[in-house]
Order: sequence, then structure tokens, then C-alpha cells
Amino acid sequence: MSSTSPPNGERSTTLVDQAKKQTRPIDKHLFRKNLLAPFSPLTHLTQTVMVWLSFLLPIVVWCIVSYVPFVWHPLIKITDPSKVSYFKPDILVEKKTFALENEKLGKSGFPPAQGIPANPVFLPAPHEVVLALYKSFTTPPRRNGEPWLHESIWHSIQIIFWGFLWSSIFGVPLGILCGTFPLISRLGEPAVDFIRYMPAPVFGALAVAVMGIYDSPKIAIIFLGTFFQQVLVIANTTRKLDTSLIEAAQTLGAGRLQILFKVVLPGISVDLYSDMRILLGWAWTYLTVAELIGTSSGISYFINQQAKYRVYDNVFACIFLIGLIGFTTDRLLDFIGRGLFPWKQNQNSGFFKGLFTSNSKALET
Amino acid sequence: MNSQYLPQNQDVATRFAKLKDRPVVLDVRNLTKGFSSGGNQHTALDRISFQVFRREFMCVLGPSGCGKSTLIRIIAGLDTPTSGEILLDGNQVQGPGSDRGMVFQSYTLFPWLTVKKNVMFGLRMSGQSLSVAESEALEWIDLVGLKKFKNSYPHQLSGGMKQRVAIARALANRPRILLMDEPFGALDAQSRAQMQAYLLDIWKNVDVTILFITHDLDEAVYLSDRILVLGTNPSRVSELIENPVPRPRNRAQFTSATFRATHHHLEELIHPPCAEVQERFPIPRMTTIGDDVE
Repeated sequence: MSSTSPPNGERSTTLVDQAKKQTRPIDKHLFRKNLLAPFSPLTHLTQTVMVWLSFLLPIVVWCIVSYVPFVWHPLIKITDPSKVSYFKPDILVEKKTFALENEKLGKSGFPPAQGIPANPVFLPAPHEVVLALYKSFTTPPRRNGEPWLHESIWHSIQIIFWGFLWSSIFGVPLGILCGTFPLISRLGEPAVDFIRYMPAPVFGALAVAVMGIYDSPKIAIIFLGTFFQQVLVIANTTRKLDTSLIEAAQTLGAGRLQILFKVVLPGISVDLYSDMRILLGWAWTYLTVAELIGTSSGISYFINQQAKYRVYDNVFACIFLIGLIGFTTDRLLDFIGRGLFPWKQNQNSGFFKGLFTSNSKALET
Repeated sequence: MNSQYLPQNQDVATRFAKLKDRPVVLDVRNLTKGFSSGGNQHTALDRISFQVFRREFMCVLGPSGCGKSTLIRIIAGLDTPTSGEILLDGNQVQGPGSDRGMVFQSYTLFPWLTVKKNVMFGLRMSGQSLSVAESEALEWIDLVGLKKFKNSYPHQLSGGMKQRVAIARALANRPRILLMDEPFGALDAQSRAQMQAYLLDIWKNVDVTILFITHDLDEAVYLSDRILVLGTNPSRVSELIENPVPRPRNRAQFTSATFRATHHHLEELIHPPCAEVQERFPIPRMTTIGDDVE
């Protein structure tokens, strides 16, 4: 507001300018409003920052615990054992024992033993894990005939794939039928619900007896663990379909099969797809049990073996790889899903939006 | 049953005499629907009988809970009556079919299909070839003025546009009667008025009989030839009114004497004048200013 009153035209332009000034920089500003306002969408920048932080924060905590000597570090790594008979260079002892022995040495006039604070062997530092990850692909396994890390993981992936595939071949159609036809639901679901409560691993011994000791019983365990949940979850998803869509199809002259294939199937496809993604995650949780049945194999065997050797760097490397595989698969499926369902509203609502998607907004009319 | 409430003008009388000369499309006879909930018998529809003539626009009006929707769902074949029968062109109807198109209040477009595919749905169900279905669908889309949106998905459309697609989808099957269950109930006042005009235009140009459910008195008077008024508890036909407002209709008629008289008559049927409210809520005075408020 200037003191001299400008002519009308000028004044209106200044008002427009003021409005522009107010709106322009707001968009890019990270803290443009209360970040914890419930249900309010974040800016693109804030979202990207948060996504990176969600990965960085745990790593930062891990680094602090590993590299800052006065944080945790409950043990002492011996550098100079002095005269203590059972101290050897590089062994880990508890702080209490270390102090006690040094007190004894002090009384008898010997120089105290030397050591540096260290973490237990089961918590390797980040750089050790990265190194182990690299080494697992470059140096052969400790014993002849032991699988490489990537071989173990590939074996596990195959088990999961076949178990999940067989489960889906039977589970998806049965689930959809149960959801669509109350008769089939009454016939099938109570039994499925009953069996579902039997933990899949209890069938392990049976599976080995019937199918031998190699991969078949493992696939069977994944199947048993997934199938029954799959039927119930998919039946429920199918029942959630808006019945008015089915009624609309009926008034348009659709018959029973046409309703099943032209209304129910496309109608539930989006939810079915996300159900499958969740169920695939469940299949992974049955993997560890499945692989210990018969002859151990795959990542569970690898992890157990490395833990026996007390090479925890390798254990962490393996766990990290599993996480990475699961995460990548899920993101990949999410990405594919977007192409499959062009009619879906609120696309890219996933938390990883900032990294993987360009803002492809639905056409506004 | 057809009580006369106004001295019928000669023009109006001839109009309805001509209407009743046409063949009967829909014949509802003694339709009764009972529900039993927790041992209580409840009658939703009690011996409803009426006839709809070819090319007629009939509105069904009634207070909420009078079973309007149940009635139209039974006619569509989505519900079964306890007793009574429904004849379409003299044949008893069994279950839903494409001879009775339906437009629902909730948007029931298939979200995974584009506008064009939605309209093609019924044609494909009845075994039309893809090319025939496509060209016919495009004609119907053109008719409801949505040519520009033929490849859009339903979620990209406004409520009014969705209902226009729903009308095109139902009409593409060339039904004998179009059943509309409060189709504009979820729309805002402006698009509602627009849709009513659209519907009258469509009805004028397409050979279709319409049974239209509403609880909006203005809508009923503006659209209909005859108005079937239902009462509550249990729901019976309280009156079948021959709407004297001349056609073609326009919104200027809303203030005409005939329109107001019809509206008033409906108002009295549906909301009978009740005595001055006897009981007052014990609301304490919670304000100190604005004492001039009565």
C-alpha cells in the first residue's frame, strides 16, 4: 500500500503482482505448513526427503553404534594381553572381566593389559557387511561343495516361485468362486478356515514322507502356508465387490458366466493384484521353515552355516539381500500394476512415490 | 382410483384418453412384498396395481421408506415379490433381463471400462459383433452429448456425465421400458435441472417408455405424464394423478398455476398437513445478543 493513491489500472496490477508474489515460492518450500497436519498431502520435495530419510536413519543409527566407541560397545578387544594367561590378541572379553584382570595385574606389579572397546561379534559394522557382500560374490565358499550366496538365494527364489505358483493356480479360482457363489462359499470355506489354523510347518514330516527330501516337500510347505490364506483373502476381496455393478450387468442382460468373467474378474482385479503382493510376502515367511525340511538348502541353510562359523558379516549380507529382493519385487509389481489398471484412481499413492514415479496425474476434465 | 382433483380441461382429458389408447407396456398386478425381520412381519408393498402405456413417462412418488425402490427393483427382476405378477407386453417377467433397462441412483458404470466400452457392454452381452456394437454405442454416446469423452474412464467424469453414460448404456439395449431409480438424487441442484431437461429431450427423440422414481415433487411434475403416488405403512397406491401441465415442458412452467396446483396437491398427499407442533424442545437460551430473533 503506497501513500499516494495510484490510478485504478495501476492499482489492480499491483494487486495481481502481490498475489503472484504470495503464491509463487510457496510450492517449493519444504515447511510451507504444519507437517503433521492429519491426512494432508505432502509436497513432492518433502516426500522425497522423507523417503530417503526412512532408509538413511536406520543406517545412521547402525553407524553410530558401530563407530562411536562410547556408544554401547560392551566388550573389549584385546590388543596386548600382558600377563593374563587366557587373553589372546583380538579376542573379545567383557569389560568387567577386563577390569578385574587388570586389577589383579596391578596388584602383582605387572603392566595392565591393553584393549579397545568393541561390539559383540553378532553386530558387524556397516563396512564389514558391505565387504562381506562383495566377497560373497568373489571368493569361493569355505568348504568344497557349499553353495555360493547367490546360488543359495537363487535356490530359495525358485522354491518360492513354484510354491506360490501352485498355490495361486488353485487358490485364486477357488477364492473367486467362493466369493461369487454363496453355495460354494458354504461348501468350501469352513473346511479351509479350519485347516488354515494348522501351522504349515507341522506338515513338514508328512511332506518329507510323501515327497522325499529334496525340493518337493519345501514347495509343498510354501503351498500349504499360502493356499488356505489365499482362498479366504480372495473370497473376501470378491465379496467386497459393489453388488450394484452386478445388478447393473444383470439388467443389461448379462448371464451367470458373463457376470463372472466380465464383471467380477475385472471388478476385483485391482484388489486381487494387491492381495497377491501381500500373499507373496507371506510366502517368504514360510520359506525359512520349508528350507529346513529334508535336506536343508537355500538361504536358510546358508545363514545357519555362516552362523556356525560365526561369520555374522555374511549373515547380515544375506539378510540384507533378501530384504532387497523382496522390496525390489514389490516395487516392480507395483510399477507393473500401474500399467495394468489404467482406470485406477489415486495412482502412485505408495510411499515410494517420490523415487519411482513421475507425477502422472489422471486426466482432469 | 383415478380421482380428479381439478376440473379437467378438455385438452388434458383428450390427451390422457389418447395415452390410454396406446398398448400397455408394463402391467403390474396386485404386487405384494413382505419382509420378515426378527419374527415381525412387515409389508413393504401392499397390492400395488397399475399400468404403464407405450411411450409414457410415469413418475413414482412417495415419502421415504414407502418402498419405491423395492417396487422398481421387483420390476427390474432384482427382487422377488411375495405375490402378484408383472407383465411386460403381456408376458410375465422372470428375473432381470435386457428388456427392462435400469439406471441406478448410485453410479454403476463399470470403472474398468471406458465410456464407449460401458455403453457397448449390453450389446456385447447380447452377442452383437464388436463393430456393430461399437458403431451403435457411438451413436448413443453422441445422443447424450459425450462424444468427446468416449475414451475416458468413469472416474474422470462428473456425476451428471456418469448418469448420462448410464442412460446411454441402458438405452443401447433398446429396452421396452427404462426404469430409473432416483437417478439424479446424488446430483447438485444445477446439474440436476440440466439432467432433467436432457432426459426430456432424450425421451422425446427415442422410442422408450420410462418409469421414474423420485421423492422430489417438482421433478415429478416437470417430467411426468402421470404420477403414481404411494403411501406408507403399508405402501399402497394412494393416487394415480394425470399431470395437467402441458407439453412441451420448460422451467418457466414451474411458476404456472397448473404446475403449482399439481405440486400443492402432491404436497398434501405426501406430507399431510399436521397440527401445530405441540411439543417444544426444552432448548435453553444460550445467547445474550441478538434478542430481536424470534
